[in-house]
Amino acid sequence: MSDYREMWKELGLDLEAHDQLMAVIPQVYGDVYLSQKNRPEGMSYLDFVMSEIHGLRIKELNDLRASGRKVVGTFCLYIPEEIVLAAGAACVGICGGADWGSAEAEKILPRNLCPLIKSFMGFKLTKVCPYFESSDVIVGETTCDGKKKTYEVLGEYANVYVMHTPQTKDESSRRLWLDEVEKFKGKMEELTGKEIDLVALVKGIATVNAKRAALKRLNEARKVDPVPISGKDALLIQQVAFYDDPARFTEMVNKISGELEKRIADGIGVVKKGTPRILVSGCPMAIPNWKLHHLVESAGAVIVAEEACIGHRYFRDMVSESGTEAKEKLSAIADRYMKLDCACFTPNKERLDNILNLVKDYNVDGVIHYSLQFCDPFTVEYVSVEKAVKDAGIPVLKIETDYSMEDAGQLSTRIEAFLETIKESQGVTL
Amino acid sequence: MYIGIDIGSRCIKLVVLSGQRIEDFKVGDTGFNPYERSLEMIKPYAYNAKRIIATGYGRHFAREDFADGVITEIKAHAAGARLLFPNCRTVIDIGGQDSKVISLDESGKVADFQMNDRCAAGTGKFLEIMAKTLGFNLDDFGVQSLAAENAVKINSMCTVFAESEVISLLAKKENPRNIGLGLHQSVVEKITSMLHRVGVADDIVLSGGVGRNLCIRETLSQSLGHKVYVHENPEILGALGAAIIARAY
Repeated sequence: MSDYREMWKELGLDLEAHDQLMAVIPQVYGDVYLSQKNRPEGMSYLDFVMSEIHGLRIKELNDLRASGRKVVGTFCLYIPEEIVLAAGAACVGICGGADWGSAEAEKILPRNLCPLIKSFMGFKLTKVCPYFESSDVIVGETTCDGKKKTYEVLGEYANVYVMHTPQTKDESSRRLWLDEVEKFKGKMEELTGKEIDLVALVKGIATVNAKRAALKRLNEARKVDPVPISGKDALLIQQVAFYDDPARFTEMVNKISGELEKRIADGIGVVKKGTPRILVSGCPMAIPNWKLHHLVESAGAVIVAEEACIGHRYFRDMVSESGTEAKEKLSAIADRYMKLDCACFTPNKERLDNILNLVKDYNVDGVIHYSLQFCDPFTVEYVSVEKAVKDAGIPVLKIETDYSMEDAGQLSTRIEAFLETIKESQGVTL
Repeated sequence: MYIGIDIGSRCIKLVVLSGQRIEDFKVGDTGFNPYERSLEMIKPYAYNAKRIIATGYGRHFAREDFADGVITEIKAHAAGARLLFPNCRTVIDIGGQDSKVISLDESGKVADFQMNDRCAAGTGKFLEIMAKTLGFNLDDFGVQSLAAENAVKINSMCTVFAESEVISLLAKKENPRNIGLGLHQSVVEKITSMLHRVGVADDIVLSGGVGRNLCIRETLSQSLGHKVYVHENPEILGALGAAIIARAY
């Protein structure tokens, strides 16, 4: 680890604070992940990635920068990764999934603010996120008020570029978004000094489409009962999708999927057949936010799908690969991103339809709606989600929480009671 | 005999069921060592117990040790309330550190439930702290508040903020009874908003130690416009429910 320390120091991390963080993560990972039984063997790749999350991957990014290429940090799946890759840059998700440095963040930001926003601001202020410090530019977006205004503040501490994401899906919004995508291409060209031509776009699209296809294949395996992979492991894979080298990640996910397909053929599950199957819907869970999945799976259910940005929303839609001109490629990219059904859109009926489709396709017994505290778009949209899910005859539980564990006991009671009602309605006693 | 034990944040409740009859029940303070306290309470019956089911926030350590199974407080209160009040369709449980409302279907199964958020607003703990701030004994806080002439509206639901609000009202020489009534109304308001989310159907049963508080009972039934039923020992409903499940297991 000593060579990493030198690298961390050069990146400008606060080594002492970073050491504290690095001491916590393996312990939590051990409790939440390594304690699971019957994990697919392919998960050893993810264990390795996690053990090197601030090590090897950061070194790769460092080497890439040394060779003159750039690193682009993002917080949202609205940022077109295809264009970042076409510019020869790497695209990484920025830390925002742990209650770290919130006290520092609260010196600047209001307390009653989304924990994800407080978290990324806290990581920046305490200088413990090497992805933050490795990023040549941070690309934000105007999805919600909290992020939008925080990017203004973050601009004091980092090089920030903000994309204007629309809030409706009409024609003028699409034009606005296409314009933003074209501007973003210009921004990436300016950052990297590399012209993004047709070939680069074709390659960028193919790489990201392959990654999305791999995640789709992985999630197909979760439709089966008994399910061959835990929700926790599947969540981790989907979280790492935002950090890892895309080509290598795609290959590893396909390998794991192969193993899961073999498990299915052999009738092997990670839990017993008939275990209650839960769909989690709502706010994104950035690494290392495994709180809800851990509570739900510890209570004897299994999560089979995530209707979230770190989940189906990330891989559901592909960029069309037809078209032979750069302009058509950009338009195809814009079209793909306009399909996203984030709660920041109004109206957002697509999300309700997608939830109901997942309920059916994944044979879901109950839906848990997850929202981060103070997240207006998702907490308010719950009103429509609850109605749609209940009308379909599926029980739904609302959870609103942050990253701290102080409410774990209460949440467990709610989750267990929810599972009791599901089991009771299926005629299972106790 | 079958034992149900409800290990709550403030009290531990135990019910011993023998056939259809409640053979015995006990209520004790949780204290600092809920595990030891639970063992002490179970000890006299343990030898004859066919099955022990635990509920309450301490249920998980109980399962690791002496309990044969666990159920949540939601299921326990529903089962207990239904046995004592066979037409019960709605249960309100105001416990020490959380409050919950449960709606039951016609057959008595849990149809839906709501629990308060992480803070103490609308819980027994809130009332306890406020009684102390106002200088009332917890046991007659309800009666004293019911005797108020006017309620003083309490704006803050947060225990910490409500406490300073109460202190400043006292400094203005406001009558403690009037403040007390306002506080009870704020708890009932919180409970009623949860109730409307799950739907209100008769009979309504109030469970948990707060059921002994006359002011909560009266204010609740006035605000709902429905009769609210309370058992003479409202704190044992959860433990009773656990004992019933132990018998039916």
